[in-house]
Amino acid sequence: MTRSFDTGGAPHLPPQTTVAAVMLQVLLALVPGVLAYTWFFGPGMLIQIILAVVFALLFEALMLRWRGWPLKPFINDYSAVVTAVLFALCIPPLAPWWISCIAMLFAIVFAKHLYGGLGQNVFNPAMVGYVVVLISFPQVMTAWLPPLALADYSPGLMDSLATIFTGQIPVAGGWDAATQATPLDTLKTGVDAGRMVPEIRSAPIFGDYGGLGWEWIANWFALGGIFLLYKRTINWHVPVAVIGSVVLLSLPFWLADPDSNPFPLQHIFSGALVLAAFFIATDPVSGCVSNRGRLIFGAGVGITTLIIRRWGGYPDGVAFAVLLMNMAAPLIDRYTRPRMYGE
Amino acid sequence: MSQADQVEQARQAGRRTHHFHGGLRLRHNKKISCQNPVVPPPLPELLVVPLLQHAGDFAEPSVSDGEKVLKGQVIGQCQPCAAIHSPVSGVVEAIEDRPMSHPSGQPGPCVVIRPDGQEQWVQLNPIKDWLEASPEILIAQIQDCGIAGLGGAVFPTHAKTRDGRERQIHTLILNGAECEPYISCDEMLMREQPDKIILGARVLRRALGAERVIIAIEDQMGAVQAALTRSAKLAECKSISVVKVTTIYPEGGERQLIQVLTGLEVPAGGRPSDLGMVCQNVATAAAVADAVVEGKPLIERYITVTGNGVSHPRNFLALIGTPVSHLVDASGGYSNDVARLVIGGPMMGYPVASDDTPVVKASNCLLALTQRDIVAPQPEMPCIRCGECARVCPATLLPQQLHLQIKTGLWDQAKEYGLSACIECGCCDYVCPSHIPLVEWFRYGKGEQRKRVLESEAAELARKRFEEREARLLRVKRERAEKMALRKQLLKDKAAQQDRIRDSIARAESRLKKAGEQPDDA
Repeated sequence: MTRSFDTGGAPHLPPQTTVAAVMLQVLLALVPGVLAYTWFFGPGMLIQIILAVVFALLFEALMLRWRGWPLKPFINDYSAVVTAVLFALCIPPLAPWWISCIAMLFAIVFAKHLYGGLGQNVFNPAMVGYVVVLISFPQVMTAWLPPLALADYSPGLMDSLATIFTGQIPVAGGWDAATQATPLDTLKTGVDAGRMVPEIRSAPIFGDYGGLGWEWIANWFALGGIFLLYKRTINWHVPVAVIGSVVLLSLPFWLADPDSNPFPLQHIFSGALVLAAFFIATDPVSGCVSNRGRLIFGAGVGITTLIIRRWGGYPDGVAFAVLLMNMAAPLIDRYTRPRMYGE
Repeated sequence: MSQADQVEQARQAGRRTHHFHGGLRLRHNKKISCQNPVVPPPLPELLVVPLLQHAGDFAEPSVSDGEKVLKGQVIGQCQPCAAIHSPVSGVVEAIEDRPMSHPSGQPGPCVVIRPDGQEQWVQLNPIKDWLEASPEILIAQIQDCGIAGLGGAVFPTHAKTRDGRERQIHTLILNGAECEPYISCDEMLMREQPDKIILGARVLRRALGAERVIIAIEDQMGAVQAALTRSAKLAECKSISVVKVTTIYPEGGERQLIQVLTGLEVPAGGRPSDLGMVCQNVATAAAVADAVVEGKPLIERYITVTGNGVSHPRNFLALIGTPVSHLVDASGGYSNDVARLVIGGPMMGYPVASDDTPVVKASNCLLALTQRDIVAPQPEMPCIRCGECARVCPATLLPQQLHLQIKTGLWDQAKEYGLSACIECGCCDYVCPSHIPLVEWFRYGKGEQRKRVLESEAAELARKRFEEREARLLRVKRERAEKMALRKQLLKDKAAQQDRIRDSIARAESRLKKAGEQPDDA
């Protein structure tokens, strides 16, 4: 008696993981940071995340259909969701709804699908979306509310919704009264105006080592990042290189002149540096492939961020730094091929 | 490090173990097939012996239809390959194309033998005094008995041994680290026949002229080490040591095993003999012992029949040519939900479409898997460059880059990135979240590269031929021109000469005339 059998290729073992599982793990790792964000800045962030995800999936579906690709596996891979969430975490919690729409249009349609879709994008889509809206709508994108602990006005869920969809803020004096400069902004304008860093840092928006609230958000993102490291979803090289290069570069400046240079921890725990170190610069698609390449890539992100923060026109430069290094990644790859066995 | 230094370091092999890059810790699933002692299955009704058993060419059949054959009689000859022997006494029913248990899945010429149940052996020529025999005689015997690497690559053992002898080997490594899950035939062999392995090791050592033998086994093999050590002691052989290596797939790969034992890497494009080492499977050593000391050709081997798809997983001592369906029957038949039949292990084995495929010298395992084991095929997604493949690659390649290079036809880059160094272990396939069949891509890429080399060689040849032809034509033309010129010159010379002759005749005539005109009486 002969029987016939299925002849699928090796390995003949159940697959270990899927793209969707990897992306879900990233999303899971973002949860503590997102919760901390909500705790310090109110529910606006959650609305932004939902908005960005909806727009991202919408554009993803449109592009997939337009390109004649199957919808199901690519919608279900959660890569667009990760892009959306990372973007939403970078914008002011009460930014108007169309910011997400425009950013996701550029992130998903231009940065992702016009480059070939999943796995083909040269630039980090979330950062492309963010930079497009940051450059185009600087006023909206810098309208940050202070942490709830310092705010006269703390918007609830309904207020946040209303503000996001109407653009009106129910505060006497409007946006000018409600918003406040971020710690990095304060620092930059203060230093530019010739004030001493310790003096600037005595303002209430600064915390123990970063911005008030911000430092704790960063901590929770770092926790999520450590979870990803433990799960080996990301390698240690990029986060260590980003944070390490920031510390190494800012330390001598601070030691030489602590009055006009913030100390290294201040750099790390303000702005989006920790988020970028663990979640954005670690994007494998637009990063480097070898471990040595990843170290160079991460160091490049850290150093460029510091340069932009110190001498550039923007208070935080992480997004630009990531995009610049994305451009350099193929070149770095060419010169950092690991030694092969027996070579 | 110079090559001499490397060879010197390789001499210290086994003192302590080292690590290789990447690899996987997989579930073993070996115990299920190790519960029962190894037995031969009942004699099958029909044996199908493929004429392609070794790395190399098809063997030429040396028997014909209807011929009576004896057990151990040569039925296929292949120079410089190893011979193929009849596993039973019986009658040749046919020599025809049949499924032949090859990764290609293609049918090929096979000798079909119906056993007569007499088990009549051919005249055997053992070398009883092998300790005195010259290595050349031992190597010839190994060739005559059709011994080939039983670890799966089936490289003819005599060729490897002769090459090793010429290249001054100091260490023979016997590979007992069968790192793929499920496969347990080597472990069972080492448990049950340690004496034979030690004997084979001594014969091979003599044939190679090696100083010492290292038998590498996995740290999870329990009683094996004690058994082998005891046998080595019994044989009063101090040059044999047994080394335990950590079970990480694929540490049983030749290059990885050497790295584990020596901390050295076999040079790219080179062979273990560059380090003064030769690697043989433990089962090959046992077969060598049989061949030299008893004169028995290689007609049977240990094979694991296992997986959730069979009722009673176990190991068999199966005759070459036994249809695998027969082995499955002997182990209690299929379970209800059997879905895939694999020859070899789950990482590098190849699936067969039907179970009338025969056991060949290379078959170490028959793995019957259920739908639950393999899961429905996952859709292939684009590469997200996560780099997991590079993390597990034991050859420290960048599989994600190679994949892209092959896909886009960047052959020079693929060569630079070490495509040819890929050992096709399948680690990258296993961890890929996008389920890209990377090894399949690499095999295709290697094939394309070979084709391109051949093509470029052919083009080079054609170019040379063309240039030579041009040169020849030019030469012929020049020679012809020279000849022509010469002839013209000659003709000219001749004409000139004739002119001169004519002139002188004319002069003479005119002189004569003048003389004639003068009166005689003057």
